[in-house]
Amino acid sequence: MKRFLLSLALVFCATSLFAQLDNSQVNGSFQVDGQYYQVDEAIGITEESIKGNKFGIAGFGKINYSLGNFSAGIRYEAYLPQLSGFDTRLQGVGLANYHASYDNGTIGITVGDIYDQFGNGFIFRTYEEWSLGFDNSLRGMRIIYRPAAGVTLKAVYGKQRFYWASYAATESRGLVRGIDGEWDLNQSIEAMSSSKFRASVGGSFVSKYQKNTNTTYTIPENVGAFDGRINLGYGRFAFTTEYAHKINDPSAFNNYTYHEGQALLSSLSYSQKGFGVILQVKRVDNMSFKSDYKGVKNDLDINFIPPINYTHTHSLPAIYTYATQPLGEMAMQLQVNYTIPKNTIIGGKYGTKITLDFSQVNDIKRNYILEEGQAAPSHISGYNGTLGYTSPFFAVGDRKFFHDFNIELERRLNKKWKLIAQYINLYYDMETIENHPGAEVVKANIGFIDLSYRITSKQSIRMELQHLWDNVTAGKADMEKVNGHPDNYKKRGNWAAALVEYSIGAKWFVSVGDKWNYGNPIEGNRDHYYSASLGYIKESTRITLTGGRQSEGMVCVGGVCRVVPASSGISLSITTSF
Amino acid sequence: MKKTLVMLFLSVLFLGAKAQSELPNVTLKNLDGEAVNITELHNDGKPFVMTFWATWCAPCVKEHNALSEVYQDWQEETGVKIFAVTIDDSRSTPRIKPFVEGKGWEFDVLLDVNKDLARAMNVSNPPHTFLFDGNGKVVYQHTGYFDGAEEELYEEILKLVE
Repeated sequence: MKRFLLSLALVFCATSLFAQLDNSQVNGSFQVDGQYYQVDEAIGITEESIKGNKFGIAGFGKINYSLGNFSAGIRYEAYLPQLSGFDTRLQGVGLANYHASYDNGTIGITVGDIYDQFGNGFIFRTYEEWSLGFDNSLRGMRIIYRPAAGVTLKAVYGKQRFYWASYAATESRGLVRGIDGEWDLNQSIEAMSSSKFRASVGGSFVSKYQKNTNTTYTIPENVGAFDGRINLGYGRFAFTTEYAHKINDPSAFNNYTYHEGQALLSSLSYSQKGFGVILQVKRVDNMSFKSDYKGVKNDLDINFIPPINYTHTHSLPAIYTYATQPLGEMAMQLQVNYTIPKNTIIGGKYGTKITLDFSQVNDIKRNYILEEGQAAPSHISGYNGTLGYTSPFFAVGDRKFFHDFNIELERRLNKKWKLIAQYINLYYDMETIENHPGAEVVKANIGFIDLSYRITSKQSIRMELQHLWDNVTAGKADMEKVNGHPDNYKKRGNWAAALVEYSIGAKWFVSVGDKWNYGNPIEGNRDHYYSASLGYIKESTRITLTGGRQSEGMVCVGGVCRVVPASSGISLSITTSF
Repeated sequence: MKKTLVMLFLSVLFLGAKAQSELPNVTLKNLDGEAVNITELHNDGKPFVMTFWATWCAPCVKEHNALSEVYQDWQEETGVKIFAVTIDDSRSTPRIKPFVEGKGWEFDVLLDVNKDLARAMNVSNPPHTFLFDGNGKVVYQHTGYFDGAEEELYEEILKLVE
């Protein structure tokens, strides 16, 4: 009762104060995703895998408040229980995120849950991705200080979110502390303000502290990581490079190796109207950085190693999406964007847009430091508790993880028709990327056509046709490999997919589609993934009802893309903001 | 304490403040790396559009290609300006400029690498398009993209200039 009175008093004080200041603003958003699951043994969904959870409901409500330089926000989340495919530790409800901040342009202070990143995020990045159930926000404090034009200094301190785990000091996960500085020469030096030459430099230091409770290995309780970056530009050219180094950080993720970590990413680009080209190279060696040395998968990541590949959004190429290998990779990407001008013979009346992209990722080269009689370890395990290996910085490892060559054309044929076509050639080391021992490498060719037709000014129809040719022949499954991992042949073989979407006035849409793994080497896996959706959109409100089978991967329906796990049943999604 | 906080927010919501936003106090970078404070965005008293997009979002790229086809006409007829805010993360930051230039887009592009602006404006999934009047107030918004949806946006723009 006392507490209630106190709250009431506070509320009255607050409202009378805020009522006088009518510059204050409130906005927010809600999302609810509900799903009814049914058993569908053909695609591997059994009573057992559902575990009695016939329903999954996930929702959040967010309110932001701002008044001049002050802002605050809360986000309430509910998982009753979580949707299938999400971590079971998400189950529950609560105030997942709150923050208050003040920023007058020179100094900014935030207390609460912080999302931020230093540079590319090599040593620090906290973010939230609702569709993945991922949130590694830092609960603590952030100070931003801008002493002069073009100079930004930042400091962060706190503990990361881990599902619903308490933030109490008794919790074993570590503390994260970081500082970052960035200096933009063009904004800070008068003489350079209108120069064709642009330059900025930055640097950061992040350290985590976690008590060692491991009895086998001596785990360093303080682990520090440094980062430096330079951005240069001259006219149409741009060059950026970032390098990070991390001291020894043995963890469950890196086989408790004492090998130090490093990462480098450099880009060189040229752009002018109608033409842009970029070349990127990257080296990553043992750069997983977590605030808990026991963490696996994406648990408590402090940093983010950006993958440099084309992100495919159509359903068939998205079956084989590359995931960064923080233990080690050498990667490159070349991308060309070109618009053939309109009213030319090749470009046509409306012009044609071409994108060409090539990326490849290999392992780093490792020279293992072996004790006498010790067997040579593999590229992902077997060097526990040692320095592990040495790795020449510029050498590319023999093992290829991935390549993707693709070319895309987009062209309006006339006022009514528009065409997008793409060809993709993929190489995908399933054993490494999906951690399926014994899995055969995927070498696939994919083609797709996306045709839009404007029926009237308010109605349009869109058709998608896709096909994937796999190097594995139908009916020829190697049983030894099937035994290596049950999923080794799950999605292998040829696929065909088709989708039709019809929309009225950009408000109502209905779509029907099917994806068919008709060439799977195992007959029982030749499944159809059919689905139908109905949606309504008005301003910032969107309601979507979907029924059918969902295969694992990235799905784009009704103009929006999301990542979803495999399931069968009916789902309803409502999003709105005010 | 948590309850108090929640009540405080609710009370503010119902009694104090006005809903729907003016431009939030967030600083982003443009394609040349210059810092731009969002509260200072304007179009000399004329309406402007803010779109949220990403290079990995096929409907977003389609929407911007369609906007790019009509942008010159729209500018001549209404003086409207388009700010295209990308929520691509650092995996794509250096690729944005050659991407935008290669597509021939002439929008003012802003990089929301940390999704600060997307969070402040309650953008959950791209594409999400806002139309601001000459005073920087949101008068219309829309999510998703279907072929031809830009015409509805243009009707809303015309209402503001007439």
